[in-house]
Amino acid sequence: MAETVNLTINGQAIQAEKGALLIEVARQNGIEIPAFCYYEGLTLQAACRMCLVEVEKTPKLQVGCTLPVADGMVVHTESDTVRSARKGTLEFLLTNHPLDCPVCDKGGECELQDMVFRYGAGESRFTERKVHVDEQQWSPVVYFDAPRCILCYRCVRVCNEGMGVGALGVSNRGVISEIVPNRHDYLECDECGACIDICPVGALTSGSYRYQTRPWEMTHVGTICTHCGDGCRTTLGVRDDKIMRGNNRDHSGINGEFLCVKGRYAFDFVEHPERLQSPMLRVGDTFEPISWAKAFETIAETFTAVKARGGKFGIIGSNHTTNEENFFLQKFARQGLGTKNIDHHRTGDLGTFFDALSGKVDALATAGDLYTTKAVLVVGADLAQQHPFLSYQARANFRHHAAHIYAVTAGPVREDHQAVASVRVAAGGELGGVESLRDKLKAEGDLVIVFGDGIQGEGVRKLVAFGDSLGIPVKYVCLVDYSNSRGAFDMGLIPRDGGMSVQQMLGAKDLDVLWVVGANPLKNATLASPNAFVVVQDLFMTETARTADIVLPAASAYEKNGTVTNVCGEVQKLKQAVKVMGTKTDLEIMGSIAKEMKLNLGIWLPDKVFGEIRKTVQGYDVPLPVVDTGGAAPTMPLNGRVPALPGAIQSAGDTLFTSGSMSRYSKILNAVIESPGGLYRR
Amino acid sequence: MPKKLYNEPSPLETRILSKRFGLDNSESLATYIANDGFKAFRKAREMKPEAIIEEVKTSALRGRGGAGFPTGLKWSFVPRSSPKPKYIVINADESEPGTCKDRLLMEYDPHQMIEGILIAGLALDAHKGYLYIRGEYRYLIDHMDRAIAEAYGQGYLGKNILGTGFDFDLYTHSGAGAYECGEETALLDSLEGKRGIPRMKPPFPAVAGAWASPTLLNNVETFSAIPAIIRDGGAAFAALGTPKNGGTRLLCVSGHVNKPGVYEVPLGYPMLKFIEEIAGGIPGGRKLKAVIPGGSSCPILKADECDIPMDYDSLAKIGSMLGSGGMVVMDETTDMVKVALRIMRFYAHESCGWCIPCREGTTWLRKILQRFDDGGGRHEDVALLGELSKNMLGRTFCALGDAAAMPTISIVDKFAADFEKRLAQQMVAV
Repeated sequence: MAETVNLTINGQAIQAEKGALLIEVARQNGIEIPAFCYYEGLTLQAACRMCLVEVEKTPKLQVGCTLPVADGMVVHTESDTVRSARKGTLEFLLTNHPLDCPVCDKGGECELQDMVFRYGAGESRFTERKVHVDEQQWSPVVYFDAPRCILCYRCVRVCNEGMGVGALGVSNRGVISEIVPNRHDYLECDECGACIDICPVGALTSGSYRYQTRPWEMTHVGTICTHCGDGCRTTLGVRDDKIMRGNNRDHSGINGEFLCVKGRYAFDFVEHPERLQSPMLRVGDTFEPISWAKAFETIAETFTAVKARGGKFGIIGSNHTTNEENFFLQKFARQGLGTKNIDHHRTGDLGTFFDALSGKVDALATAGDLYTTKAVLVVGADLAQQHPFLSYQARANFRHHAAHIYAVTAGPVREDHQAVASVRVAAGGELGGVESLRDKLKAEGDLVIVFGDGIQGEGVRKLVAFGDSLGIPVKYVCLVDYSNSRGAFDMGLIPRDGGMSVQQMLGAKDLDVLWVVGANPLKNATLASPNAFVVVQDLFMTETARTADIVLPAASAYEKNGTVTNVCGEVQKLKQAVKVMGTKTDLEIMGSIAKEMKLNLGIWLPDKVFGEIRKTVQGYDVPLPVVDTGGAAPTMPLNGRVPALPGAIQSAGDTLFTSGSMSRYSKILNAVIESPGGLYRR
Repeated sequence: MPKKLYNEPSPLETRILSKRFGLDNSESLATYIANDGFKAFRKAREMKPEAIIEEVKTSALRGRGGAGFPTGLKWSFVPRSSPKPKYIVINADESEPGTCKDRLLMEYDPHQMIEGILIAGLALDAHKGYLYIRGEYRYLIDHMDRAIAEAYGQGYLGKNILGTGFDFDLYTHSGAGAYECGEETALLDSLEGKRGIPRMKPPFPAVAGAWASPTLLNNVETFSAIPAIIRDGGAAFAALGTPKNGGTRLLCVSGHVNKPGVYEVPLGYPMLKFIEEIAGGIPGGRKLKAVIPGGSSCPILKADECDIPMDYDSLAKIGSMLGSGGMVVMDETTDMVKVALRIMRFYAHESCGWCIPCREGTTWLRKILQRFDDGGGRHEDVALLGELSKNMLGRTFCALGDAAAMPTISIVDKFAADFEKRLAQQMVAV
């Protein structure tokens, strides 16, 4: 137990940890000391002078954000002197701040507005000319309006410290001090938009949201990002059934305030003009729209006939659909159609991973563990590109707890900046690189090992054996690419018990039915079976959909309820934000087909299916209250003994700015990739 | 060749630090050595480090950069036993308006300062020094590079100095034209190659300064006083001044005087006597109106406040400061509105912009004063100037905000009549 001190704030007796910052101690005790530049987790600035407080027996007002509490301290945070100092500082701030609140994006959510409302003067004594600078566009998604900037340096710090990018700085001095981007007049960065989110005023605005709406016209739907596997919560601002904005407004979820470019902006595929909005039937070389009823009838007839004559089904599920949909699909396949031929695009060797860890408890790391563990070892993965949140967690752990980071990768990675040791290896040589760190790792208190798709089969077993041999607590993350890659595996979209893998299905010449739910396996492949009846459920007319006999327009993750499991195995809830006309969720589509086929696969409501998952899927008996309240519940799908599976395992190699087939339909991601500051081009 | 001095010395001066000013080749190492040079260093190397620091404490030398912090005490804060390297940084960012003494100390007698630095090195077990010279003193950087090269050439810098086994390297470093970089922590940031913004204190530079290592920062004049203190004893130096205000200091007098220049007088020298007898009095027999005693950041004194001895404590007692020794004398023809404007133009231009009250406050004040001076003044402006200055005072990140607020408050308080007069003229003009 840390040493404690007793102090008084506004007459309230308070006990606090010695050396804690006054502003934090006050907040923990329900006393708000206002501040612009102070931001939890970022370095201290003491620049805004809003947090000045009165401390008895000290002549001058003291800076609350840098003042460590001491025994016997008597503090007043709302005395007349303090309030009048705040009023004075706000008066200074408003001298050059344009009062364009009526059109400013931040109006209604602006910390400066709130502060002036609480402490500011009713009228201005400033009658001189304001300093004006024209607005600048720094990237497709970042605009900067310098006059609105109050120079709290939050953006500079979140970019440098939080993101590890450091694309923002300050130029000039005095009243013409200005935040500047790293390429003089444009940004070369992750385009994550953290600077916009953290800006207390409307100085940094988002290319996709600016001047579109007032904040209070939106409803805010907290759901899970549908892109990479990290499972960040994104809060979608919705107005008139249209997603206006993505951010993480309430800092809830495992990611707190973190979001990458995809989580923040890449929701725009939802309203892409090429979105499928009606079932389509192949007629010769073209498609014709048909009714849902006709589509279900045709599919059910064919499926029933093929099943009746013992024909061959091939079913390919998705990395993006919900656990409920994936569970229902495998149940449909195994129980409804009597086939074992079910698979999905596997991007990490979860099967061997779970098998290797069987018998252990506490071996699966959560995203939170990456922030608290003493050491992190990254093997064969570029986290900053493919798992930006995990990268952020490790970086935050380094900043806040001086965690030891190790990287064993083929090329330079962002973790190198924090790493105590970076080992460069040729692809396939990762385990040798890991071995070279043995002595250093043995000395760590505990360790999380994060590994990519380069480690498969025996490699996974060797890596786990290596972890076991260190003699310290070790947890693991097996990286998988997409928002529900992990759930797809856990729900059983795998060719166990002799089923066919994706590659085997595509290569077989005698498939009677190929049913693809939310995947694009024919992007770079062809289907060998000439007579297969192909059904595809998707958002867009993908390469795979183009080969289909029937294409069904599916709803995206932002248009449905259900659960997904992130790369660390944490189950979180999706919440429907909008509805796109003409589409149905994959669950409803599958349920309707089942009904049409007169199969009894249970009720296809997400909650009901999730109940069944909790009862039947290994390790998914997660506490409902956690999930229902928007929390992340870790799963423990170990001891399930997954036998070796056929088929290939390979990451799609997405960059920070791509997301499989989906990113092609995000204008914002394409604009970012094409912009001069677009990094990570492929 | 005797170097032409910027001003004739006065017989009333007590020339300790400036005693070599005006000698033939006074900046050369040879002249320095011929005139007591490096005697103090030879003495110091026989002394225990604690004894050196004790001697400096005894001298009652106070920092000549402006704040007047006791030098010996500052030296004692540097943890000599720290395993980190210790650095000595010489603040030659002489930027306070009215102040022009450090340049003379470097120009006329660079080796005196170098000797002072070496003695500090002995006292603190420091082996590297950085001479941070303001960018505007371009010629002085070359000048100091020559002096340093000369010292290296003759074994007064570098490895094994004078066979003592003591190593010391000294480097010049150029500022880029920011007043703020005279603030010691902003100077350190600038020295490290960053934007010159003051740092949060604690930790103080003595504990974590340059490159997060223990660092001693003193002004050029402070280091230049060290050889005399060690050579002749701290007590002798202290005896020159008044209690707690040891020694002499270089005062830079400008404005309405017949003989502006830099003069060395003991601490506690009477201000009026200085103006009248050393600085030659006010031209044309005009009357004294006001004095800025120690650089533009010091609260201004009315004529009737000037009958005081010039030491840190006496000035503090009447609410001003001795500051950096930049005295500006103003006669009865001076328009205090213009003075206030000139001062605020400087601070608005030099505010680093880090914190809100200084960044916005100085500019607002400048705009009001400019409008006032342009003939657009209003009655309420006078009170507003005072109130806004008080809203800055004591609330800014570093002392620059105070430096801007204090003279303004004092001018508005003490010379409100000048403002009223301008308003009256304005009405007539309309």
